[in-house]
Amino acid sequence: MNAVACDIRWVDVCAVADIPELGARRVARPAGLPVALFRTRGDRVYALLDRCPHKGGPLSQGIVTAEHVACPLHNWAIALADGRAREPDVGCTPAFRCRVEAGRVLLDADELATLGLDLAAPAAAPCRHR
Amino acid sequence: MKGDRLPAGRQRLVVVGNGMAGMRTVEELLRLAPELYEITVFGAEPHPNYNRILLSSVLAGEQSLDEIVLNPRAWYAQHGIRLHAGTAVTRIDRVRRVVAAADGTAASYDRLLLATGSLPFILPVPGNDLANVICYRDIADTQAMIDAAAKYRHAVVIGGGLLGLEAANGLAKRGMQVTVVHLMPWLMERQLDEAAGRLLQKSLEQRGIRFEIGVQTEALIAGPQRRVAAVRFKDGREIPAELVVMAVGIRPNTGLAEACGLHCQRGVVVNDTMQTVTDPRVYAVGECAAHRGVAYGLVAPLFEQAKVCATHLAQFGIGRYTGSQVSTKLKVTGIELFSAGQFMGGEGAEEIVLSDPVGGVYKKLVLKDDRLVGAVLYGDTADGSWYFKLLRQGRPVADIRDKLMFGERSLGDAGHQGVSRAAAMAEAEEVCGCNGVTKGAICRAIKSKGLFTLEDVRRHTKASASCGSCTGLVEQLLLATVGGDYSAAPKTKAMCGCTDHGHQAVRDAIRANRWLTIDEVFRGMDWRTPNGCSSCRPAVNYYLISTWPKQAQDDPQSRFINERSHANIQKDGTYSVVPRIWGGETSAAELRRIADVVDKYKIPTVKITGGQRIDMLGVRKEDLPAVWKDLGMPSGHAYAKALRTVKTCVGSEWCRFGTQDSTQMGKDLERALWRMYAPHKVKLAVSGCPRNCAESGIKDVGVIGVDSGWEIYVGGNGGIKTEVAQFLCKVKTPEEVLEYCGAFLQLYRLEGWYLERTCHYLARVGLDHVKQKIVDDAAGRRALWEQLQFALDGEPDPWFEFDKARVDLRQFAPLTPAVDAAAAAAAARAVGQEQGA
Repeated sequence: MNAVACDIRWVDVCAVADIPELGARRVARPAGLPVALFRTRGDRVYALLDRCPHKGGPLSQGIVTAEHVACPLHNWAIALADGRAREPDVGCTPAFRCRVEAGRVLLDADELATLGLDLAAPAAAPCRHR
Repeated sequence: MKGDRLPAGRQRLVVVGNGMAGMRTVEELLRLAPELYEITVFGAEPHPNYNRILLSSVLAGEQSLDEIVLNPRAWYAQHGIRLHAGTAVTRIDRVRRVVAAADGTAASYDRLLLATGSLPFILPVPGNDLANVICYRDIADTQAMIDAAAKYRHAVVIGGGLLGLEAANGLAKRGMQVTVVHLMPWLMERQLDEAAGRLLQKSLEQRGIRFEIGVQTEALIAGPQRRVAAVRFKDGREIPAELVVMAVGIRPNTGLAEACGLHCQRGVVVNDTMQTVTDPRVYAVGECAAHRGVAYGLVAPLFEQAKVCATHLAQFGIGRYTGSQVSTKLKVTGIELFSAGQFMGGEGAEEIVLSDPVGGVYKKLVLKDDRLVGAVLYGDTADGSWYFKLLRQGRPVADIRDKLMFGERSLGDAGHQGVSRAAAMAEAEEVCGCNGVTKGAICRAIKSKGLFTLEDVRRHTKASASCGSCTGLVEQLLLATVGGDYSAAPKTKAMCGCTDHGHQAVRDAIRANRWLTIDEVFRGMDWRTPNGCSSCRPAVNYYLISTWPKQAQDDPQSRFINERSHANIQKDGTYSVVPRIWGGETSAAELRRIADVVDKYKIPTVKITGGQRIDMLGVRKEDLPAVWKDLGMPSGHAYAKALRTVKTCVGSEWCRFGTQDSTQMGKDLERALWRMYAPHKVKLAVSGCPRNCAESGIKDVGVIGVDSGWEIYVGGNGGIKTEVAQFLCKVKTPEEVLEYCGAFLQLYRLEGWYLERTCHYLARVGLDHVKQKIVDDAAGRRALWEQLQFALDGEPDPWFEFDKARVDLRQFAPLTPAVDAAAAAAAARAVGQEQGA
């Protein structure tokens, strides 16, 4: 990843302090589902597609622990670092490159524009309103 | 490798004994501290760790040897464990800290774990060394029995205990003519009373097994090639026997420990940390260990010991083993038998007996001081795990005594009927309705993955992991699939995987140490995870704010999303909003505002709730603050573990039958109690007459107006398991209704465990306890009511007082970084083309 680091166009998304500790924020995108930013106790920041691999729950609304976020719908534990569901559950949500520099959170512009666009939000009834 | 030196830093753990207790300890240790030790394991048998309990299934031809392996060799390799299988240790040098085996293999240790198990007891009779005289302990014995069954006709099993009967059943299934010789007056006399023992004998006789009861063996008679040919009894009779299985008992295997000077007395003597009392570097677990004078021979206690031992090996220094209650189940297919506790009664004990010898059902419950202390079940063991639970909890049973014999189902369970259907269910039938898990899927997972505990089953299958109403059923399946030994969960259930402490211990420590923050609790109680998990953080947060109101600060990030965003999350990530409608009575102005909000925010669904309110579903998170503002109504807390609604009927104001003004009473209760967080949601109802139109009988607190005053009921539930509320007391005035209801709810707030509804809380502490605190103790009741008023005084409405309620407004608006829109569109198009191609 270091080799291509210079090619990455980083986008400044917010300050680390804009994300609550052991909490999350959503980043809206021009297309596709939002990206969820997570901040741990040690001010590490992770970015995942805001969609649980199980039934599409918004991970940004979950309880954040040291290494996982618990999906608010069915309590699957999703690893912050790589988006994988904790065993024995199976599934993975796309993870986004994320950097913290001088207290600012940076995301990869290309990934923001392209990653996970094929994944849709889950739907709820009644369908006549959609 | 004698005297080899390992790199400094990593300590060396040597385990003597490659069985269930030893390896369970290693598994627990690896989970806690995977890198701490270089681990070496010695096992006398040439096999990896297998499930000894299932040997009887192997003998009966129901499972193969491969199927009962718990840790295959690859597991040892994967965890860097050096395994010496088939290498019996012969010497321990505690001064130089080396163990040595007969073949010269040796290993040095910093910590030593003895898990040498037990040895079968050999009858001191002539001929006990003949060929084809064996014990029943390990794979080699089992294989010898299987081989013998193929060649010979007559088998004699000496000993009519658990093991002997399982051996007899297995051999009979393999076609042998089996006679069981038992010295005592009835079978399994250590687990069964005489009546149950006789029933058991009868049904085994129907399977073709013969019995010699009260008969003593004098000698085993040799035939050709010094093979056994017959058994002679003290009364002179002889019966033919080409195979003799001795199953007359076991004794702890302590030879090695004694030889190296460890104190042994009916086992290697250990303390509550599973360390030997002689040498703190040496631990002992399992059947070889004697804890408080008891050496356990069942697997559940061994696992509890393993867990405690592992925390000490991992240098956490927490966890004490204080002994186990055990239960027994015979693993003979088609025979239902369960026994636990002091089933023989004794001084001061009372017995409740149900006996149907023709139908083959016998049940005996033994009570002492209003508590269940023992149970024997024969023919119908469906309620075994329930009785065992009551026995372990030691809960008073006066209130359910008349129904006790008829099982958990008799206690007004109109819901899932959790406990007693397991055996009768078909493989394809659904056990867990929440996650769609069938009986077959659960049983397969238990067998193929070697699951032992409810927690294991939840993790691997999701069964019982959501609403929990099928927990009893899953416990039954565990019991039926892997034998009754497993039914015994630890006495105190850990709060979650982050700690070994139970809810009560955490509550008590918070009060005793005056802890005010989650971090203090995690540090003070040696939490295993730095920031807890999604189940312990909300619980600890609740315990802090309920124990220290106005002092401990709420942590929104430790609350479930609904209590952070003050609305209910829906399956598509939108929210539902339920404003408070006091006592279910509304007005044209309120309804008009609700209608306007529905139009303005294009809310797709509007629904009347069961709690006499209006639910707006499908609100976008971004719109929540504006929706609240436009509604101009207080939060209904429909999203919180808190006071939900007070349902009322119209009462004496309008109703021709009404005796009291139930609507006003409901409104007063709701105004006094709203914003009250609790261990779980709390629902109230007030009816104006005994017709009870507000359904007070299935509410946490139900009030029913009668001509002379108000009746108060507590602990009802209309959810997963319908539970009828219990009568608490009758009072005269509305002021008393407020005081009694408030005091009861404050007691529940202080004593209830997180996510425990009032009905479960009542089942745990007993109605008598509550009556004593609320009805009998007037000063205590007033104090509780005042405490609650103090806690609720000035509590904010989270829909309007954001700062005070610590509502983080940033959550409602997403971040919108300035992305180069043109570049983004181009990139997206490129991806689209790729996918199209």
